[in-house]
Parts: sequence; structure tokens; C-alpha cells
Amino acid sequence: MRILVLVKPVPDPEKYNELQIDRETKRLMREGVPTVIDPASKSALEAALVLRDERNAAGEESSITVLSMAPDFSRDKLVECLAMGADKACLLSDRAFGGADTYATSFVLAAVVKKLSADEGQDFDLILAGNESADGATAQVPVQLAEWLGISHISRVCGIAAEGKRLRVIKKSEDELLTFEGEGQIVLAVTRDINRPRLINAMGIVKARKKPLTIWTNEELKLDEDAVGLKGSPTQPGRLITPDLSRSGQPLTAGADAGAEDAAKAILSLLKKEGF
Amino acid sequence: MNFNFTEEQEMLKAAFAEFAKEEIAPKAAEWDESNHTPLELMPKMGEMGIPGVFVPEQYGGVGLGHIERVAALEEIARYSAGLAMMVFTHQLGMAAILDYGTEEQKMKYLPDMCAGTSICGLAVTEPGGGSDVAGQKTEAQLTDGRWLINGRKCFITNSHCAAVTAVTCKTGEDEKGRSTFSCILVEAGTEGFRPGREENKLGLRGSMTGELIMNNARVPEENLIGEAGMGTPIAMKEIGEVGRASMAAIATGIIRGCLEDAVKFSKERIVYGKPISKLQAIQFHIAEIRCDYEAARLMTYRAAALKDEGKPAATEFSMAKYFATEAACRSSRKLIEIMGGYGVVNEYAAGRYHRDALGCISSGGTSEIQKIIIAGDTLKKF
Repeated sequence: MRILVLVKPVPDPEKYNELQIDRETKRLMREGVPTVIDPASKSALEAALVLRDERNAAGEESSITVLSMAPDFSRDKLVECLAMGADKACLLSDRAFGGADTYATSFVLAAVVKKLSADEGQDFDLILAGNESADGATAQVPVQLAEWLGISHISRVCGIAAEGKRLRVIKKSEDELLTFEGEGQIVLAVTRDINRPRLINAMGIVKARKKPLTIWTNEELKLDEDAVGLKGSPTQPGRLITPDLSRSGQPLTAGADAGAEDAAKAILSLLKKEGF
Repeated sequence: MNFNFTEEQEMLKAAFAEFAKEEIAPKAAEWDESNHTPLELMPKMGEMGIPGVFVPEQYGGVGLGHIERVAALEEIARYSAGLAMMVFTHQLGMAAILDYGTEEQKMKYLPDMCAGTSICGLAVTEPGGGSDVAGQKTEAQLTDGRWLINGRKCFITNSHCAAVTAVTCKTGEDEKGRSTFSCILVEAGTEGFRPGREENKLGLRGSMTGELIMNNARVPEENLIGEAGMGTPIAMKEIGEVGRASMAAIATGIIRGCLEDAVKFSKERIVYGKPISKLQAIQFHIAEIRCDYEAARLMTYRAAALKDEGKPAATEFSMAKYFATEAACRSSRKLIEIMGGYGVVNEYAAGRYHRDALGCISSGGTSEIQKIIIAGDTLKKF
């Protein structure tokens, strides 16, 4: 089984209170905030590691490639993925890809998936991704990637099992769990509760030294620069609004002999006055 | 001159920190209170590669060096200095086997020790003293291919949990009539060998410390580490370079705990309508703890780097151990002062840090012993 895992480096969610947005460019100012592997991406990688090891144990040669489109300072996050157990890594890093929305991001990723498949003469059987990243939280990229590639996709996946080429996938909906079974290429977007990602160990870090990590720019991909990055992004940030979250209390008083009904009437009239 | 960790070392530190945060931080106070040695965590540490991080891969280790070993101890000691004490003593015994053992001994013992499924120890100190190595009374006589060992060791970390302990014993005399010592591996369960009293310590709880009693303990001749008569150099080298490095790293971890807790508490504690971190009196304490942390860290990692480069580092480790352990005592006291009444409430870690810091002073040689070593070196060099 050939597995591809999409990995997104994000600002450390534990430090979100330190993040600022540049009011001019409307971009995130990441300075001073450490970058980590998005927790949902980590869950996707963990799911891939379990599947690969199971398939390898069953005698089916399996491998994991991790793929990320990110600034080149994120290279060490891919090394972390290799240290966790992935076999290969590919980083797409080019200024031309910067400022991409989900549409332009998934467009580039799809081109790379096709190139990786063509280079190795074999398609990926399974593409895993986090359902939604901790920073953007759009949950759009895995679905868009599948659509670009013309393959199936399931989001909000909280369980995966493989038997030979057949996959059994559990999807979480609003109020129930749905089970899907089938074969063929697919993109699965997993939720964080699918597993608890393993910790990286020292031997994994040492082994990561010897694993292949490819960095591609647009020179290798040769994509139309108008279709990628900021230029290829139909979504542009609008106005920045800081919502007024202040609260004002209004004490309601009633006479000593006022009952619950009087209090309810007073509250109701106040709500009506406010337009509810 | 380069003061930066490599990318790989940064990654290792982050991995060890994550492990410590998940597996150690939530339980450290409980281990301290109940004086529990968390042996159950050792196999997980083995999976992380912590015990054998400095041991070559062919013996089950990770094949890295002492910078990485020290980094792991700092991260463990950030939350539990007691557990770090247990881990480092395990590594101390392993280092003796690695540096002086035969190939058979290395293959027999080190893989399980790296995996954390077998615990090691090193026993030198006796009731008559620890630093007075020449005054040891424990004796071993070689008869019929076996060492017959008699004596008593005390204040031995891992006394009650080690599967194998490297024990220094008097085995002869030199031409001037001075005692010579050897280092012999004694396995738990050996007839005539048993742990004695277990100490109830002020600090560094979470590591077992106690007596080892040898009453006609019979050990195979091949359990000798190195050559007969090399016991003192083996013990001195390992305690001087692995032991003191570890105590310095543990103390550095304690200081970091003090620093992080001081910052957190002072930002959250509101007095007269503002956080106490705004008060200069508190800021001075925090600045002093920060300086102690940075200095301890620099001295400890520099000494470890020298060892990894194969350069002499005994004096550097003594300086790091002396400075870091005294600084841990100062910093933990400052943390208690910053926290006021909360500082002496056991619900907070400040008191534990202080008890642990005090416990670090006597381990691996007191501050006075370190100063004698430092002065001796200084008087030669300057």
C-alpha cells in the first residue's frame, strides 16, 4: 500500500494568544511563535504508520510519503515526520506558492501528487490528511485535492481499517457514525480523535538522517505562476474587524413580593426591546 | 565558538521535553509524596531511547553522546529530579560497563539496560564515607574462580531495584602497602547479596537510595570490570564525568522548573490590582534565577561537549556540578520567596524543588569536594 500524508506546519496552537495579524497585508505575523506540525496532520500520519506497519506485517510492501507546501524553514517539521516513522518526505517551497488560499494550495498539491506518481510509476492507494488545520480550519484542502485528482474522498474520518486492498472507513457525522467499505484510490481527512500520535523517539531522529527529503520549487513543477500562490487564489482577505466582545449588565429589580412570573415578564420585555 | 544545538539535538530535546510533559509532569508530585520509584516508566523511556542514548547501536543504544544524555536528564529533572536521579545512576553503571567491560559483558547487559527492562547501579560509598574512596572496607577475595565479597555499601541509588550493580571492593595492596580496589558486577539474587535499609530522603524522592549488604556473596570471576586494581580509576572517571555531569544537568532542570514556575506565578498573582511580575522586587528575583539557569546550562553543556570531543572534562564537570547545584538551591529559595505563603504549600512544586536541590549537593561529591578539585586544577594551570 502506497500512502501519502499531507502535512501542514502551523504556528503552535498553544501560543495563539501571541499571534498578530499585519493590518496592512492581512497576513499572520509568525515571528517569535514556534512552528509545529498541525495536530490533525500528526493524527493522519499516525493512522498511516499503523496501516503501513499492519500491511507490511501482512506481507504487502507498504510505504509512507509525507508532503507539505510550506516556507523552507519548515523543513525540520518534515524531518520530524520522518523521525516519527514516515519513509520519504517532499517539501514544496517557493515564494510563488506564498499567500495561497485553499483552492491554489490544493491545485499545487494535486500537481505534485501526479508528479510523484508519474516519477515512481505508481499511484498512491491512499492519501491521508488532517480534516482541518488548527490555524485555517477550513477543512477544504483534502476535498479539493481529491476533486482535482478525480478520486473519492471522505471527511471527518475517525476510524480506518484495511483488509488487503479493501478499506473500511468510519465517518463521524452530526449525530451518528457512518461506515464505508470499498476499494480504490481515496483521500481521507481524519479527525484528531482517530488516535493519539506516538511520540518521536531518539532512534527515530537518528534514522531520519538517512531518509530522503526532497525540496521542490516551481522550477521542478513548472506550474503557471498565475494559477498558484496569491495570484491563483480567488479568496482574498477582506476587512479586518475586531468584534466588540464587551458585556454590559443590567440589574433588574422587583418588589419583595414579586414572583417568578413578574421576573420572567421583565426579562421578556427587555429581550423584545433588544429585538430578539 | 558555537553555542547552538544542532537541528538533530533541538529535535531530540523537543522529543524528550514532550515525553517529560506527558509522562512525568502529571505524576511527579505523587511520586515525591509516596516516595515511589516509577520503574514502570523505564520500558517507555527505553522506547524513547533515553537510558542508552549515549550507548553505541550494537549494544542496543542510540549511538549519540553525552550532550544528548545531559539534555534528556535536564528535561526529566524539569519535572522530577528524583526520577532523573534514578535514570542517571542507571547510566552511571552502564557507562562503567561500556567503558571498561568486556565484549561479553557489554552484549550480556547493555541491550536490556538500554531498553529499560534491566536497571543498573554503581556502589562505592560506605558508612565510613563516599569521597574517601581509599577508605573503603568492602573486600573481595578470588577463590576457585569466584569473588567472595564481604562488606556494606550505603546511600546507593537504585539499591533495591538494580538487576546489576557495579561494586567497588578492596582486592589487594600495591607495592607500598596501599589498598587497591576492583570493580565487580553483582547481580540481584546472588547468594549472600541483598539490599538492606531503604532511606527515607528529604529530596530526590522517586529514586531509591539504600544499603547493599554483601555477606560471603559469591560472584563469577568474569564479572570483574576492567582489570583487578582498576576499581578506583573506574569509579573516579565515571563519577567524575558521568555522575557530576548528571547532577549538573539535574540541577539545571530544577532551576528551569523554578524559572518557569516563577514567571507563571508572578504573572497570575494579582496584588494591589496588578500582577506581581510588575514589581521590581519580584523582577530582581526572576532575573537572578534566569542568570543562574543560563550559566548552569552553559557550564553543563560545555563540559558534556568536551567529553563528547574526547577532551579532559573532569574539572569542567566539577565546576558545572558545584555551580548548578548551589544555583538550584538559591533559585528554589527565591521561587519560594516570590510565591510567599503559596511557596510553602505542598500543592505547589516550589518546596519539592528546594528539597531536591538540597539533595543534589551531596550526590557525586559535596560542594567542598568540587571546590578542592577545582582549586587543585586551578593552582596547576594559573
